Amino acid sequence: MGLFDRHAGLLEAYRTVRTTGPDPFQIRMERVLSPTEAIINGKKTLLVGTNNYFGLTFDPSCMEAAIEAIRAEGTGTTGSRIANGSYSEHVELEREIAEFYGKKHCMVFTTGYQANLGVIPGLVGQGDFLLIDADSHASIYDACKMTQAEVIRFKHNDPASLDARLRRLGEREGNRLVVLEGIYSMLGDSAPLKEFVEVCKKYDAYVLIDEAHSLGALGEHGRGLCEAAGVLDDCHFIVGTFSKTLGAIGGYCVSDDPDFDILRVTVRSYMFTASSPPAVVASVRQALRVVKERPELRKQLWENVAALYDGLAGQGFKLGPEHGPVVGVHLPDRETAIAFWRAMLDAGIYVNVATPPATPNGVSLLRCSLCAVHTREQLEHMVEVMTGIGRQMGLLPAARARAVGGR
Amino acid sequence: MRLRTAHQLTVENDGILDTIAPDRAVSRATIVREICHHLAPYQVGEKPITGATVIAKDLTIDSLAIMDMVMELEDRFDVSVPMNVVAEIHTVDQLADTIQELRARH
Repeated sequence: MGLFDRHAGLLEAYRTVRTTGPDPFQIRMERVLSPTEAIINGKKTLLVGTNNYFGLTFDPSCMEAAIEAIRAEGTGTTGSRIANGSYSEHVELEREIAEFYGKKHCMVFTTGYQANLGVIPGLVGQGDFLLIDADSHASIYDACKMTQAEVIRFKHNDPASLDARLRRLGEREGNRLVVLEGIYSMLGDSAPLKEFVEVCKKYDAYVLIDEAHSLGALGEHGRGLCEAAGVLDDCHFIVGTFSKTLGAIGGYCVSDDPDFDILRVTVRSYMFTASSPPAVVASVRQALRVVKERPELRKQLWENVAALYDGLAGQGFKLGPEHGPVVGVHLPDRETAIAFWRAMLDAGIYVNVATPPATPNGVSLLRCSLCAVHTREQLEHMVEVMTGIGRQMGLLPAARARAVGGR
Repeated sequence: MRLRTAHQLTVENDGILDTIAPDRAVSRATIVREICHHLAPYQVGEKPITGATVIAKDLTIDSLAIMDMVMELEDRFDVSVPMNVVAEIHTVDQLADTIQELRARH
């Protein structure tokens, strides 16, 4: 019995993917040119699958801040904050994020994954109850494996389903923590947060919301769904990431709880990993300033969302339930999704393929993510290309194809 | 399979416990039938689904679909089966027993 025998099924499925054409899970960007373009397979390719919502990876002010930080403080911290100490900039970044949310405390993590992985088990343990949305991100599911709390799933975006599960707990002792996401990463849909918060209040449950995909995108100041839904004060813990809108890598959690800082000496994903390098901290601090100072980027992002979503919907594609910075295009199965993805790559457009078990309800998707600096021409071109491929593959309604064909 | 804290389960309104208690006595056959109904799409060939069927092994259902099925059963029988408990369940019989046990202790 070999160590990899357990993966036999996956190896077989993956072999089929790899032997039939380019591998969507090991794409190589030969050169990244801008937030919206890269050279792939020697060809200039439009990027619509990078979660780079504000396009800040190439923002000159963020790049300069990172370069300056490297010159001043070097390339890495070479250790964790509890062992090697914090740099002033880590502390400043935490202060700025806390201030951004109007919360008292903030902890910064080296990745967003580690933020969820560490914070959630830090909040609930034996005798407590952790209630998670069925479509939660892998980092939340993995966090569930790291706690002795009883974990209960409720139906995606369904406050009544959460209500039933909290009700069933009755008078059982123990804290209740409900974990939600601002925007779900596969279909781009938002949680009905106000309704969820009401249910949580009714049962005295704590709310943790992950704003990974909604930071910058939602709310008058870009704080996320908690701001857009007007319930920021009712969200006890807000988690987020630096790797999407803020264009770098890292995670954070903010809270008003007076004892929040104890997590610094209990959360293992914070304690036993090296802290964020100076360049990352510096670019993130600058990116947060850009988010505050340039609200027009949010407006541009949503205009682009509308252009792509409405464009594809108008051609008969089945999409996620609502406009969102992530646009999920439903395809009938894994093979079709991969074939469609390859045809798009050949046509010079890069998106993500998402197939079970990474997707809810066993759906296969082309996952597109918009950027504030995509041009209208780029997106119109994309709709045109996808429509062509969709027709060629016989996926778009025939009536629609005839109408367009007869133009 | 033991439920660590199941003895703490209480009904949210003790006053009506007596009136709703008979309602909660769903027969085991009903639970098994409901489970088999959910599992039918994942049947392999003509091999029937029985109490001894190992859900994740004898059928084509994946782990996510198992959790989704459990969520449907939770609402059908008004119980919550924690994920860590689901992980310990292998057969149709074990799932039915768990649901029945949880209902009884409710």
